Amino acid sequence: MSTTAHTASGADRLRANDPEPQTPAGGGMKAVGGVAGWVDDRTGAAKGVGYLMKKVFPDHWSFMLGEVAMYSMIICLLTGAFLTFWFVPSAGHVAYEGSYLPLRGVMMSEAYASTLDISFDIRGGLIIRQIHHWAALLFIVAINVHMMRVFFTGAFRKPRELNWVIGAQLSMLALVEGFAGYSLPDDLLSGTGLRAAEGFMRSIPVLGSYVSYFVFDGAFPGEAIIPRLYAVHVLLLPAILVGLFTAHIVLVAVQKHTQYPGPGRTNDNVVGFPVMPVYAAKAGGFFFIVFGVIALISALVTINPIWAYGPYDPSPVTAGSQPDWYMGFADGALRLLPGWLEFEAFGFTFSFNVMIGAILLIPVMYGLITLYPFLEEWVTGDKREHHLLDRPRNNPTRTGIGMAGIAAYAVLMFAAGNDLMAIKLGLSINDITHFLRAAFFIAPPIAFWITKRICLSLQRRDRDLVLHGRETGRIIRTAEGRFYEKHEPLDPYTRWHLVQHEQHQPLQLEAGVDENGVASPTARKDRLRAKVSHFYFKDRVEPVTPAELEAAHHHEAHHPEAIEHQEPGGAPLVEMARSGAGDNPDATEHGRQRG
Amino acid sequence: MNNNDTEHGAQAADPGSEGYGSTAVRLDQGHIEGTGRLPERFEDPGFAPHIARAADLDEAAAKRAEKQVAAMFGVSMLGTLVFIVAYFAIPMESQVFIPGIGKANLSNVVLGVSLALGLLGIGVGAVHWAKTLMPDEEVVEERHPLRSPDEARGGFVKTMLTGGTDAQLDRRPLIKYSLGGALGLFAIPLVVQVVGSLGPLPKDELSKTMWKKGDRLVRDPEHTPIKATDVSIGSVFHVLPESIKESEHVLEDKAKAAVLLMRLEPDAIQVAKARDWGYDGIVAYSKICTHVGCPVGLYEQQTHHLLCPCHQSTFDVTQDCKVIFGPAKRPLPQLKITVDTEGYLVADAPFQEAVGPSFWERG
Amino acid sequence: MNALAARRRHPAAIALLILVGLLVTGAAYAALAPKPAQASTVSADQVEQGKKLFLANCSTCHGLGGEGTKDGPSLAGVGAAAVDFQVGTGRMPMAKPDVQAPRKDEIQFDEEEIAAMAAYVASLAPGPAIPEGEYTTGEGGNVAKGGELFRVNCAMCHNFAGSGGALTRGKYAPSLRDVEGKHIYEAMVTGPQSMPVFSDNNITPESKNDIIAFLHSIDKQENPGGMALGNLGPVSEGLFIWVFGLGIMIGFAVWLGQKSA
Repeated sequence: MSTTAHTASGADRLRANDPEPQTPAGGGMKAVGGVAGWVDDRTGAAKGVGYLMKKVFPDHWSFMLGEVAMYSMIICLLTGAFLTFWFVPSAGHVAYEGSYLPLRGVMMSEAYASTLDISFDIRGGLIIRQIHHWAALLFIVAINVHMMRVFFTGAFRKPRELNWVIGAQLSMLALVEGFAGYSLPDDLLSGTGLRAAEGFMRSIPVLGSYVSYFVFDGAFPGEAIIPRLYAVHVLLLPAILVGLFTAHIVLVAVQKHTQYPGPGRTNDNVVGFPVMPVYAAKAGGFFFIVFGVIALISALVTINPIWAYGPYDPSPVTAGSQPDWYMGFADGALRLLPGWLEFEAFGFTFSFNVMIGAILLIPVMYGLITLYPFLEEWVTGDKREHHLLDRPRNNPTRTGIGMAGIAAYAVLMFAAGNDLMAIKLGLSINDITHFLRAAFFIAPPIAFWITKRICLSLQRRDRDLVLHGRETGRIIRTAEGRFYEKHEPLDPYTRWHLVQHEQHQPLQLEAGVDENGVASPTARKDRLRAKVSHFYFKDRVEPVTPAELEAAHHHEAHHPEAIEHQEPGGAPLVEMARSGAGDNPDATEHGRQRG
Repeated sequence: MNNNDTEHGAQAADPGSEGYGSTAVRLDQGHIEGTGRLPERFEDPGFAPHIARAADLDEAAAKRAEKQVAAMFGVSMLGTLVFIVAYFAIPMESQVFIPGIGKANLSNVVLGVSLALGLLGIGVGAVHWAKTLMPDEEVVEERHPLRSPDEARGGFVKTMLTGGTDAQLDRRPLIKYSLGGALGLFAIPLVVQVVGSLGPLPKDELSKTMWKKGDRLVRDPEHTPIKATDVSIGSVFHVLPESIKESEHVLEDKAKAAVLLMRLEPDAIQVAKARDWGYDGIVAYSKICTHVGCPVGLYEQQTHHLLCPCHQSTFDVTQDCKVIFGPAKRPLPQLKITVDTEGYLVADAPFQEAVGPSFWERG
Repeated sequence: MNALAARRRHPAAIALLILVGLLVTGAAYAALAPKPAQASTVSADQVEQGKKLFLANCSTCHGLGGEGTKDGPSLAGVGAAAVDFQVGTGRMPMAKPDVQAPRKDEIQFDEEEIAAMAAYVASLAPGPAIPEGEYTTGEGGNVAKGGELFRVNCAMCHNFAGSGGALTRGKYAPSLRDVEGKHIYEAMVTGPQSMPVFSDNNITPESKNDIIAFLHSIDKQENPGGMALGNLGPVSEGLFIWVFGLGIMIGFAVWLGQKSA
């Protein structure tokens, strides 16, 4: 049974003496009760809805990132439905007759002409179109940041591996949906992107030219690609996205949301606020906030000015041809992959310079992302349910791996903008390309190492905070003339935050052979597993225990200027100020040893 | 040395400390019953004491919060009203100059800002309402193991297995195997239809362009022919075959036939074949990048380099458009040109290799 | 010992000496350094005047007879148009040899001086003349046609809105914002630095006028959708949404979760 401990408090206290509301109440309440009753008579929904209304959700701003993604998607669905009333998904040629003068009389596809009409000749068309595109960009930003939050807090652990897998697929499909969407207006920039896409298809071994001709219904560009992309963008992918996303949030409701550790929060409860009324107001209100901010941005900042790009033609091209930001990593990969990766053998051409970046990169990247929870389970051997989140610093290897991945992604993103960086920063695109080629391999290990070290240091700082308290900045001078800084010990609530976690130990290798010397069939896998586990957890900082705190207090009582140094993973080592009579006036609060 | 100094602020409990004060783990606190030992790990201290908000304690503050929420909702209604009026009242072509933005479309700005206010008013009002007036005491919901209880699991397994034996699956192997065959195959017609009818086979179309011997080179997009004397040193012409004017698939033909015409000093061209296929230092190369097909339009007149803007493949015209930087591998194919009797530039032969991005059977 | 010598070790002596040295150097410089060209009201031969200006300001890099040195190319055949363009946009004289000569706002010479230098360089060898006014203003030009021509011939280097683009090895195609029509025409006709030559046989004068009309229409800064973010395409849009879009959302999310006062 859910124990919702809710006594009269807060504003209720002020009204504690008011008479109890009679049910049914008058007027509106009676009507609602009537409608609800009618529905319940036919569906039996009261119990279920009532249960859902009492569900508790924890309160943290980082949990709103997934909501930003969800709301952006809904906004895209809504504004997208509007756009379908005016957009003409046809590659048929027309001369433009609308009100945008710089394109009057120019031959273009109906898709492009209808997009111009939406932008200039349909009331409110431009604002709807801009909202649609800005919301799409924000959608994928929010997905990425949400995914990072889930990763760094370990929210993908059991029982949420399935939700992580669903989320990874959602993320990948969102990229495709966006690409299909911005290619629909058939403008010069997105058309150039489709041209490149045809080149990507050609690079597929054996099947490449067939794939190209099947997708484009013949030679590029053909007349089929716009209507086909329309079907994918408006029908196929939204259906799949809505289905997967529904599964995604149903799982969150069934498994209940994770929560950050803190006082009163355990692995067996959820602490927060109920949907009715708090979350209905906050989350519902947040939808309006997201929508409102996107509308404000769309009112004031241009996005995808297709009228300026001109209609697609295979002959012209613009400097600074980039895809929308979320495809940037793939574009950057294509800029960095060197040409010698293409070669001819046995009379066939192997275009790995294109295939690796254009065809393999996305599946491999998302494959690794999808498999990560299972890798971590294999490495920790941990089969328990986890509903309390990790602080990223408490799992330095995972955090380091995440940062290494982000570093590699960032290198590719920068590569996509190499020509814009060149003109804005006054550099040479050739130098930038060479640098980023090296950085792709060098930056991730460096990012891993730096991040891991920072995490370990932060953990040691947490230990110091617990053992010695917070530095108050107040200096106390004793009668003997000794100075020391007063440390304020942490209250139990703050302290709990810093000591509640547990550190995984590296998996121990069971003897690879039994008593008769017969090797276990899984010996090699076990050895690998132990090795990877060792890599993950060899550097640990244990949380402070009560015994250690007691020891620290004991030492501080006698030697206030002493501090403790923590040997990695080992017992505390107390470094005392050298003292003849027990007092060394030169010792600073940090107990630097002086000869 | 004062053992009782208030460094810990602990032992002497301050009167108003609210229990925060005693932080030293004393041996008689939190000990394990009967053993007097300290616990292995710290224990959850439970919820921190609740701090009331202004609106919880003071009716005036609550009323103020109510007014703020109502004001937000009022802003929303105002925004909506402005939108409705602006939708009809503002002509679509009118512009407004906004510093930092330039001349924006007035209708777009007003409709967007008013819509934003209409939405934000509700959102901010609702959230402010929740924060100030709705209960903010934390509520606890218990979790239960997600795993079904064993009886349920057992029941499920039993239902499935019984179903199988009831269906006589275990006794009828013929059914089992033929079922597998039928189910495994039934979807194939659907796949065959959609994949097979998506598009024609490429045959050898990827290897051919519309250029033929004798085709005049015409400017893109004017479609006017070019005399050799029109082409000065250092210039670049964007060129198409004259027969594009009769093409029924203009864009598809352009996507393979676009050509770049440049004139260099004949001595600057270092490859003999490139000189021969040109005319007096005028050379023609396919404009379609051999990487993934973007038009290679950027001609650096002094270095004689061609740069593709998509992924920065760079080709050196003096070396028969060999790749000197970037992800492309193959040089741009050259079009052999000459002049006709009237002095106009014409193609002397079609392209001798496939233009554009590489593909498997290119060879 | 005279009075001056007796005070040679006075503390103020060194200060005074430095002051005297500065004054002398400055005066000598003022007297002896080449003067910036004065507007000549005398009906001197324009070419002769131009030659003087050329020798004073250009010959270091371009040679005494404009034949070129390792620091600057030969100017024989570049024509008056090239001088009018390069000097009129502040690109020349270049402060030091560099990969690219950027446009500058302060033009060192006035109209008459530029015309004189142009006349001199034109006298070295035949080359493109300063274009007629009829086709250099954009008046009566067809903006739509100009846009089509611009996209085929110019956008690949200068970007779809003329915001500029990168070339190899640190070179770039500059922004075309707020460039006088005459200079646009001259650039096309003379092919400055990396830019190819677009002679009047390649793009006709009427077509050039159309292109100028198109560029001027962009200069009118009409951004129907709002802030244009530099007209640089999706990269700036992505940067904007990450910094401002996400930033604002996180701001609201933090506010939403905070305990109220």
